[in-house]
Amino acid sequence: MSGCHEDAPAGAKPAGVARPLVAIAGNPNTGKTTLFNCLTGKTAKVGNYPGITVDRHTGKVALPRDGEDLEVLVLDVPGTYSLSARSEEERIAIEAIAGLSGNPRPDAVIVVVDATQLARNLYLALQVIELGLPVVLAISMVDVLTAKGKHIDPVALSRELGVPAIAVTASTCTGTEDLKRAVAVALENPAAGPVKWAPDDEVFARLGAITKALPADWDATGPRERALTLWALLSLDDNDEHTGIPDALRTAVIEARAAAEADGTNLEHAAIEARYAWIDSHEKAFHPTGTERVHQRTDQLDKLLLHPVFGFAIFLVTMTIVFQALFSWANPMISAVEIAVGGFGDLVGGLLPAGLLHDLIVDGLIGGVGAVLVFLPQILLLFLFIGVMEDTGYMSRVAFLMDRVMRSVGLHGRAFVPMLSGFACAVPAIMATRTMERKRDRLLTMMVVPLMTCSARLPVYTLLIAIMVPVGSGGTWTQGLLMAGMYLFSTVLALIVAGVLSRTIIRGPRVPLILEMPPYRMPHWPSVLRMLRERSMVFVRDAGGVILVASMVIWALLEFPREPELQRDFAAERVALVEEGAAPEALSVLDMAEASERLEASYGGRLGHMIEPVIEPLGFDWKMGIGLVGAFAAREVFVSTMGVVYGLGGDEDENSPLLRDRLRAEKRPDGSPAFTPLVCFSLLVFFALACQCSSTLAMVYRETKTLRWPVFLFTYTLVLAWLASFAVFQLGG
Amino acid sequence: MAPLTDLQPGTHGRLTSLGGDRSFQRRLMELGFLPGTPLCVIRRVAVGGVLELELRQSRVTLRMSEARDVRVSID
Repeated sequence: MSGCHEDAPAGAKPAGVARPLVAIAGNPNTGKTTLFNCLTGKTAKVGNYPGITVDRHTGKVALPRDGEDLEVLVLDVPGTYSLSARSEEERIAIEAIAGLSGNPRPDAVIVVVDATQLARNLYLALQVIELGLPVVLAISMVDVLTAKGKHIDPVALSRELGVPAIAVTASTCTGTEDLKRAVAVALENPAAGPVKWAPDDEVFARLGAITKALPADWDATGPRERALTLWALLSLDDNDEHTGIPDALRTAVIEARAAAEADGTNLEHAAIEARYAWIDSHEKAFHPTGTERVHQRTDQLDKLLLHPVFGFAIFLVTMTIVFQALFSWANPMISAVEIAVGGFGDLVGGLLPAGLLHDLIVDGLIGGVGAVLVFLPQILLLFLFIGVMEDTGYMSRVAFLMDRVMRSVGLHGRAFVPMLSGFACAVPAIMATRTMERKRDRLLTMMVVPLMTCSARLPVYTLLIAIMVPVGSGGTWTQGLLMAGMYLFSTVLALIVAGVLSRTIIRGPRVPLILEMPPYRMPHWPSVLRMLRERSMVFVRDAGGVILVASMVIWALLEFPREPELQRDFAAERVALVEEGAAPEALSVLDMAEASERLEASYGGRLGHMIEPVIEPLGFDWKMGIGLVGAFAAREVFVSTMGVVYGLGGDEDENSPLLRDRLRAEKRPDGSPAFTPLVCFSLLVFFALACQCSSTLAMVYRETKTLRWPVFLFTYTLVLAWLASFAVFQLGG
Repeated sequence: MAPLTDLQPGTHGRLTSLGGDRSFQRRLMELGFLPGTPLCVIRRVAVGGVLELELRQSRVTLRMSEARDVRVSID
């Protein structure tokens, strides 16, 4: 990663040595990220961990010390209960802290521990100390503990653990100065925290073969040797989801366990029990006051929010608000973006002479940038809701409430919010799959979200349904029912496809759900705002380029060749009309006829012709084929493309009676109507299923970092769409 | 000895043993589910099919289907 190896300020360290790296680790919901935000302020950046799509947050901090400040890079390690790992994603914690798999090794680690749940939090702290790194403990939630009438003694904690311990309140950034000083001291005099516990010798004697099998590049020397041996013991199985683990190591672990079990010793249990035995024997020193009932406010809220009736009703209302926001509240912002980009295009266009360069810059480039920016309002709104739901703790409840339903088709409970967002737009929905940890859960969700009826399909549906069912005499009702039917169809189908994919192509071991319902808290607004800024930046930076290129390619397809051979001599006809003194309407009819012929002669138009044999069995002709090509830019472009194809110009929308009547009147060469209700229905089905959206495919590429999944998504939806439309048209006929 | 799912909300018990997949057992133990640890079922969420319990001052939520592998003695 760049950013980790920037030059250190003069005098901080010998020249050429990187700026010291300080990792922040901790359990989920300890206020770890809030503390990270406190420390790093505006310097925070998002990148990726090497080889995996998980955000890597870093920021710069100046640590106070005698003389000049020491500038360090701080890394926010994803929240975890333990360094043991079952999957690739969980392995990030150990890799970031131990400096494995291309990650730089930190010079010190801040372990954030929740004062209200000390025992469980200290388990992770012990693991980090075992790795032999300088550790500073940041005790968070002290304010919550105090509010409960209890107190904690950081001095006693520090004495027992042998590492500095500082009380902090992340929500108000209290205690961070002391923490910075402690980290500076730890960096100046790096001393590993003493390892306070040990499994008994008999257990340890059985781990030798595992230690020997540790890969050389793990640099398992000193205390790391034992720590990484224990990591392997507690992380590897014959069915784990790790890649890149040497077979010899996995075999050594399995054999060592089997040998011990034959003698009646469970090595894994022994190792974990030994750590907890140490914690339990010292916990009184850490936590002097007696227990009382915790989480009172949370308990009362959960009684309501997890109530079988009221809880579910509140859940439905919340989800309706999220849906409504994405679906309609985003529209004024989307219009603003469109107007701003359009205005900018006009401004630039005015400065350029008409011609290829003008069109390339105004329609191609600026239009393409608009195609990227237009997603931002929905992304911001969706992540605002996600941020608030995560921060308050409600998201965990949603995951649990939805777990049973979602799991029945192989989806994660957290997939509910991305699926719901898919009704607005698949692009932010695919970004939102990052709220799930496992790659498999994310992939499965990404593969079915594009089936949901997104808002870009609505203009297409509106037009087609209006052609099928004339308004009046109950027609409005039929139209409404058809539209509702399309929503139901897409939802049911997405669930079915998820069920099929999760049992075939995206199969994975069933993972038990072991999580906490975190206490309810007020959202920490600075963190939410920062997350929104980061998400927009990540979207524009990482996905923007691909979407821009895709939208320019489609623009070029429909725009080139620039001087096609047309059947009519439009220039001469125009001159003749002007000489006759014809009405402006006649001229505009001529313009639209020319646009139609140009489109037909464009590469995209030829593509429409080329695919005709393939789409004919579905009831589509080549003109509809051009519409399908145009829809690749964004599905609603189908409507305006049809307007151009039928010589009405590109300004007709889905509610235009002109376009509707023109399509109804359209005849095939044999004189039969082209847009019969059956053809319209076949088109509806095709649009419902096919993922013909370049932005969605670009987004999947960006999130999976491989062409395999966007290609798979495109292919399976296309095959499904073709088969379904084929069935509709052939059986319906 | 009874499965955790037999514990009524509000009743206290003590963990006796863990069953199920190795990695499931390890994960629970790392969260403090050790034999002899006192625990208390807080609630069952019927809609989601999950159960929330408290042990070592922290809250953990499990699926009902997986909580059956956790055996407890009722106080």
